[in-house]
Amino acid sequence: MSFTPTELEVEGAAGGGTVPGAPASPPAGRGAPDRPATEWRGVSRAFLRDRAAVACGVYIVLIILMAVAAPLLVKISGYGPLEFDQDAVDPNLGGIPLGAAGGMGADHWFGVEPGNGRDIFARIVYGARVSMLIAISATLLTTFLGVVFGLVAGYFGGRVDMVVSRVMEFLMAFPALIFMIAVLSALPAENRQFLLVLVISFFGWPYLARIVRGQTMSLKEREFVEAAKASGATSAQIIFKEILPNLASTIIVMTTLAVPGYVGTEAGLSFLGVGVVPPTPSWGQMIASSVPWYAVDPAYFLIPGAFLFLLVLSFTVLGDRIRRLLGEGAA
Amino acid sequence: MIRFVANRLLGMLVVLFLVCLFTFVIFFVLSPDPAVQICGKNCTPEAIDQIRANLGIDQPFWTQFWTFLTGLFAGRTYGTGPNAIDCAAPCLGYSFQSSQAVTDMIVQRLPVSATVAVGAAVLWLLAGVAGGLLSAVREGRFADRFIAGLTLTGMSIPNYVLALSLQFLLVVTLGWLPFPQAVAFSDDPVRWFQNFLMPWIVLAVGMAAVYTRLTRANVIETLQENYVRTARAKGLSPGLVWRRHALRPALTPIVTIFGMDFAGLLGGALITETVFGLNGIGKMAADSITKNDQPVIMGVTLLAAFLVVVGNMVVDLLYTAIDPRVRVGSSA
Repeated sequence: MSFTPTELEVEGAAGGGTVPGAPASPPAGRGAPDRPATEWRGVSRAFLRDRAAVACGVYIVLIILMAVAAPLLVKISGYGPLEFDQDAVDPNLGGIPLGAAGGMGADHWFGVEPGNGRDIFARIVYGARVSMLIAISATLLTTFLGVVFGLVAGYFGGRVDMVVSRVMEFLMAFPALIFMIAVLSALPAENRQFLLVLVISFFGWPYLARIVRGQTMSLKEREFVEAAKASGATSAQIIFKEILPNLASTIIVMTTLAVPGYVGTEAGLSFLGVGVVPPTPSWGQMIASSVPWYAVDPAYFLIPGAFLFLLVLSFTVLGDRIRRLLGEGAA
Repeated sequence: MIRFVANRLLGMLVVLFLVCLFTFVIFFVLSPDPAVQICGKNCTPEAIDQIRANLGIDQPFWTQFWTFLTGLFAGRTYGTGPNAIDCAAPCLGYSFQSSQAVTDMIVQRLPVSATVAVGAAVLWLLAGVAGGLLSAVREGRFADRFIAGLTLTGMSIPNYVLALSLQFLLVVTLGWLPFPQAVAFSDDPVRWFQNFLMPWIVLAVGMAAVYTRLTRANVIETLQENYVRTARAKGLSPGLVWRRHALRPALTPIVTIFGMDFAGLLGGALITETVFGLNGIGKMAADSITKNDQPVIMGVTLLAAFLVVVGNMVVDLLYTAIDPRVRVGSSA
């Protein structure tokens, strides 16, 4: 088994490298007993043959690269995300961008915002940073919370399970969006991005935890767990070495399917004005500010709208394909 | 059965109480002092203290929470003396910014939100179930894959992007629909319908996608059940197998999520109502965020939670009636 971890790590990078919910791969790398290396290899090969999945993966990687290289890209394009360019808009027409398609051209690649002339390309690039950062952090946090609470509730059962299950039921009975809005509107505007992650995760973890709990409950009855117990393994050893690796595929699928939800949630909250605080750009907020202009300058909402839609679509398709490949019915 | 209903009712009350408490804590701890807001400019510390005493927000937390709870059931009065404000029975709070009881504000806007919700629900149920059935019948063939592509797209497009795109396409570019404008049904039914058409579509698209997938999965799963095989083996015609044996169990889970989704939507579609300028509960909530009108946000939150919890409960009861497999009492 000594070679297996590296093997799997490599496979994970090939097949799931586009999955930003990478926290799930280390446990996978520990050599899932019922998913041998060959099977992972088959999965990643089938994945690479699926053109739609590859296209989605490529798009996501591009967006991540764009987000990482934002300062560099902006230097090349020449305008920062907060720079006003009054020469690019027509003051006589209420600030409509000069030129066709919202002022697109060699100067401003995606055109400018009507009114103040900020460069849309720069704001898209920096907005990707905010969107990806929040979505991925929220995914990491929900995955962590969901796995921990799900494992604990499922493994220990009894009173612990009852408390965790009640809390989950309670949180899931909430209309999450309106509660997030309520909480965020009541909280101060400092550290909004951090708060967004906390609030999204607070309402998000039960969905993963519920499934992890169910699987843990059935896994702990299996023979290999019994064998481990009989040979004197501690609870921690059983949870981390025996049960967690078997949950890897479920966690990967759920994580990939969670990211698009969080990208959408962040954008929606920013759209409603309780998300990222201006002037920091975010895609949802850009679309919100384009509402009064949609009739005269459609490029202003179409560009961030298309980026957002494609990102959510890519994650959804990817999650869907991975789920089918791993044959996971849950979720 | 009575025991089961009583149990569910009790559980519902506990959840509702917790929802109230949770909401109240959030706004109690985090919200800015309403006394300062009411007092306005030429304000002295004494005046603020006076307002605080009037509103009862100088009281300890539990006293305030109790006043709030009793207000929900018996109504309450804000302040004392000639300036006292009465807030009748289901008192969700009082908006000092618009000088109106939150309950009244919600009741005024409920018809719009209800219209949006009902129309959208009809659309998405029809489209979702029809699409799901079609996919299931043609599993693996072109129609199935085509619908799968559509559902993925429908699930992924954020509703405000869809709303703006539709509005740009149908209103500005093609001119098929007039600019949305508030018109009463009795004044101009055609215009009224045109107004609500886009919000209905926008809300229905994402939901229809989810329902399509769910219906498809359920039907395919049910068709593999033993009793369906038995029915087929007995020589029942395919149509009869579908109607008698496959459809009912396949569609019961739809009832479950429909109840919750619909209840959630009744509490206001924030984004859709805002984009289309429909004066419903959702738009009111969205506007209150910008104005920082806490009592309204809190009221809408409570209403939404109440609707979802009640919707859940109704669905649970319906479910036991529809699906004989659900054993009374065994469901947690």
